[in-house]
Amino acid sequence: MRITCPNCGERDRREFYYQGDALALGRPADDAGLDDWDDYLHNRDNPAGDTRDLWFHEAGCGAWLVVERNTVTHAVHAATLAEKVKR
Amino acid sequence: MRLHAPESTVTFTFDGRKLKGVPGEPVSAALLANGIKLVARSFKYHRPRGVMSAGSEEQNALVTVGHGAQAEPNLRATTLEVSEGLEVSSQNAWPSLRYDALAVNDLVSPFLAAGFYYKTFMWPRSFWEKLYEPVIRRAAGLGALSGQTNPDTYEKAFAFCDVLVIGAGPAGLMAALTAGRAGADVILADEDTAMGGRLLREREDVDGKPAGAWVTEALAELDAMPNVRRMTRTTVTGAYDQGTYGAVERLGGAPSADKPIECFWRIVAKRAILCAGALERPIAFPNNDRPGIMMASAVRAYVNRWGVVPGKRVTIFGNNDDAHRTAADLVAAGIKVAAVIDSRDDADISGDYPIYTGAQVIATKGRHALQSITISHNGGTRTIQTDCLAMSGGWNLTVHLTCHMNGRPKWREDIASFVPTPESIPGMVTAGACNGSFDTAACLAEGAAVAAEIADDFGLNAKATVPAADHTAYSVTPLWAVPGKGRKWIDFQNDVHVKDIKLAAQENFRSVEHMKRYTTQGMAPDQGKSSNVVALAVLADATGRGIPETGTTTFRPPYVPVSIAAMGAGSQGKGFAPERFTTSHKATVARDAPMIEAGLWYRPSYFPQKGETHWQQSCDREVGYVRNAVGVCDVSTLGKIDIQGPDAAALLDFVYTNMFSTVKVGRVRYGLMLREDGHVMDDGTTARLGEQHFVMTTTTAAAGLVMRHLEFVLQVLRPDLDAKVISITEQWAQFAVAGPQARALLNTVLDQELNDESWPFMACGEVSVAGVSGRLFRISFSGEHAYEVAVPSRYGDNLFRMLTAQAEVMGGGPYGMEALNVLRIEKGFITHAEIHGRTTAFDIGMARMISAKKDCIGKSAAARPGLLGEGRQQLVGLRAKGRDHALTAGAHLFERQAAAIRVNSQGYTTSVCYSPTLKTHLALGFLENGRARHGEVIKLRDHLRDITEEVEVCDPVFFDPTGGRARG
Repeated sequence: MRITCPNCGERDRREFYYQGDALALGRPADDAGLDDWDDYLHNRDNPAGDTRDLWFHEAGCGAWLVVERNTVTHAVHAATLAEKVKR
Repeated sequence: MRLHAPESTVTFTFDGRKLKGVPGEPVSAALLANGIKLVARSFKYHRPRGVMSAGSEEQNALVTVGHGAQAEPNLRATTLEVSEGLEVSSQNAWPSLRYDALAVNDLVSPFLAAGFYYKTFMWPRSFWEKLYEPVIRRAAGLGALSGQTNPDTYEKAFAFCDVLVIGAGPAGLMAALTAGRAGADVILADEDTAMGGRLLREREDVDGKPAGAWVTEALAELDAMPNVRRMTRTTVTGAYDQGTYGAVERLGGAPSADKPIECFWRIVAKRAILCAGALERPIAFPNNDRPGIMMASAVRAYVNRWGVVPGKRVTIFGNNDDAHRTAADLVAAGIKVAAVIDSRDDADISGDYPIYTGAQVIATKGRHALQSITISHNGGTRTIQTDCLAMSGGWNLTVHLTCHMNGRPKWREDIASFVPTPESIPGMVTAGACNGSFDTAACLAEGAAVAAEIADDFGLNAKATVPAADHTAYSVTPLWAVPGKGRKWIDFQNDVHVKDIKLAAQENFRSVEHMKRYTTQGMAPDQGKSSNVVALAVLADATGRGIPETGTTTFRPPYVPVSIAAMGAGSQGKGFAPERFTTSHKATVARDAPMIEAGLWYRPSYFPQKGETHWQQSCDREVGYVRNAVGVCDVSTLGKIDIQGPDAAALLDFVYTNMFSTVKVGRVRYGLMLREDGHVMDDGTTARLGEQHFVMTTTTAAAGLVMRHLEFVLQVLRPDLDAKVISITEQWAQFAVAGPQARALLNTVLDQELNDESWPFMACGEVSVAGVSGRLFRISFSGEHAYEVAVPSRYGDNLFRMLTAQAEVMGGGPYGMEALNVLRIEKGFITHAEIHGRTTAFDIGMARMISAKKDCIGKSAAARPGLLGEGRQQLVGLRAKGRDHALTAGAHLFERQAAAIRVNSQGYTTSVCYSPTLKTHLALGFLENGRARHGEVIKLRDHLRDITEEVEVCDPVFFDPTGGRARG
């Protein structure tokens, strides 16, 4: 599997650390309530299809990326700097 | 026998017998040239078997090479190259290949049909593991591993290209030539020792010259192109995501320290062209497995390419036009053709040898080598003397790679084969025989056409010039299994015959996947390359379905067996994990300190001295240094992260539970870090070196984790914060100097005098250490008056030697991990033994460190119900009641009178030590509602080590609870 890092170009997946769903970008407020925090911490979809997840280019530039890919076809559609997505 | 005397020969051995062979030719060719027909014993019935094919699909001729630790089993004699001194042995036979005791299995075969062990060995149940399975495993099998560490070298590597061409037959050569001429970066990979594919094995012309001559020219042209890399002996084994292909390269010849046996490649290609060709399939007729019965295409290959005569009276049995090339080639080579048997009534063939159309082979004779065959013809039978039968049931396209990403091949009736489904692998196209185009002209044209199209996509200018070649059409009428009695082998490698497949269908294992698992057809090392299509055709027939409805099993990588040694190359022994050494490593090892692993780091366990016979003695002495004089310990392995920027303090406020923006410049604060789910992630001290400059320390174990976490916070959660982090763990050598004499010791190496006013507890700042700019932190992990002094790494070795020498003058010395552990347990300081991922700030008694004035990572989740309160297991100290009673970590805690069973467990111990300071055994642990139970005597029970002890619950800070020693 290969991911195109916006800083470094196309790289082997061994350079990256996988974190999980990109909904981690939407951290609830400290007083958001138990349900919101429960969703944020634990509840994840397991789609057969498109996903957005966070990868860390740990053996490269150190950028956190939002990677859009498909769990059925294994196609990697896009990789964007997480700080850009967040802003 | 050979057609011509070879130019040069070498000597190799087979089962100890010295034989001559031509260097580089396959062992199978050399064995045939030496008249050796019996090469192996079969997997289950130990039937005599001979060479069947001339390629990596070989089912029978599996051999072992070498001996002792270097022995390598299950190599195919057809792809193994002859070299001087090569030591080849047969497998799965005892006492010898000719007289194999377990051939008795063949006589009792009616009792050993498919699935026999599922039925036979059900009772008594306990016998399976102890008796049945070991016996079965010993009786069936292939070659054996030596059980020793293999000293041979293996390698792995990456490669990148525009176009990967897989297979160098006519289609592959033409594709590589076309793409190469256009200027694309090409890798051409082929599993044979020489490129050319069937052009090296057939008698035909290309471009008006013998095919071999055209191949030589094509290879010369390819070699002259700097943009083309040719990889021979390289099998592409799998197709993976984003144009990544696995390939195994056998380097050939004698291996040496700098020449590996195999290299496992990961090739990343923008585009790929699969030109893998096709494999000839056998016909299932009674006793079709005798040595001497071979594939027709293999017979041609041995005659045409290697000049080896596989038999003196050859017969040919086929169902397709292609088979007849064999007769013509044999006649041209002067070898007698005893008969040609074509199963088709309407076969249009002629030749100067007996021809039987509409005929079938119904029996064969010859125990260790074929002697005769019997055919049915025109309602009668006829026996023909023959020592080699060349069979051809048609061709199966090599579609394997197109199926590695869930692609399913489609059945094509006219050529009786599965064909690849286009676009099954993104970026890969197929050309030539593996695409269903059998004649050479079509192969060349397709190879050129697909390569030109790809070059066009790259914006390169490609011309598809195709040389003239043979374009005889291929015609086949399926014949899967000859009717009648007798065992008709389908999967030779796993000893599966037609009746086994029918039995599977009869017992309702009708799905092809179930049949496979019931009969083991296709589960041998060859993965059913030659047998799958025949097997599913027989299954289709037995279940009254067509072949397309029956379908295929799933093709998975690798296409040929790959040594685990190649895939794991470099990862043995020291290569398994990197080693990180501190700057004091040499000085430490010179003191004979046993080293222990801390992550990738190596740290001293203790520093033994003369007369000490047990680590505990050394440890107790070193604890004494720190409590009574001064000790020195390398703490460079702790993670050090430099944090700078206008929002550096805000970042720390967010990642630590407690406040850091209020820390004054020149001061250090202990910080607690949570995960977002409210559990403790790590702890450590952070020093403020400037308004916008901090240095954070992490535990050794969590250094990488915390670094990743800080980047996560800065990039994913709070990109609004203007701060940067960088690891400086490697850049600084840092030593703890601890004990009542710590300041006195430091004053001997520092260029300015320390005192309580300038360097109070938790102070930090720049210092000059023997003329070198360093940093000093007055922090303590031992509870004593202590400092950590840091210098740039290049001065670490010197400083360590200076500090330890001076410490020894003052009645102290270096201390290791054992003493460090005792010192921190005596003080109730936690490590990852306590913050192991399931404990909260509340559990370790630090709930008040979560500041109410700000948000931080983990704050909301830490307040969830169930993470607070009496029900939680809380950090406590435990003191052994008896002085000599050692406590163990991992033991469970129970009320004194309760039975020591799981449901009664109230907690567990995490860290234990003998405290030479308090002269008793201590433990840290977690106990239900533990903070309210100080003074209570409870029971510690270690079921694993069979230890029961009474312990008194107490505060985790056993020693100097007011902390006066560290401040003083």
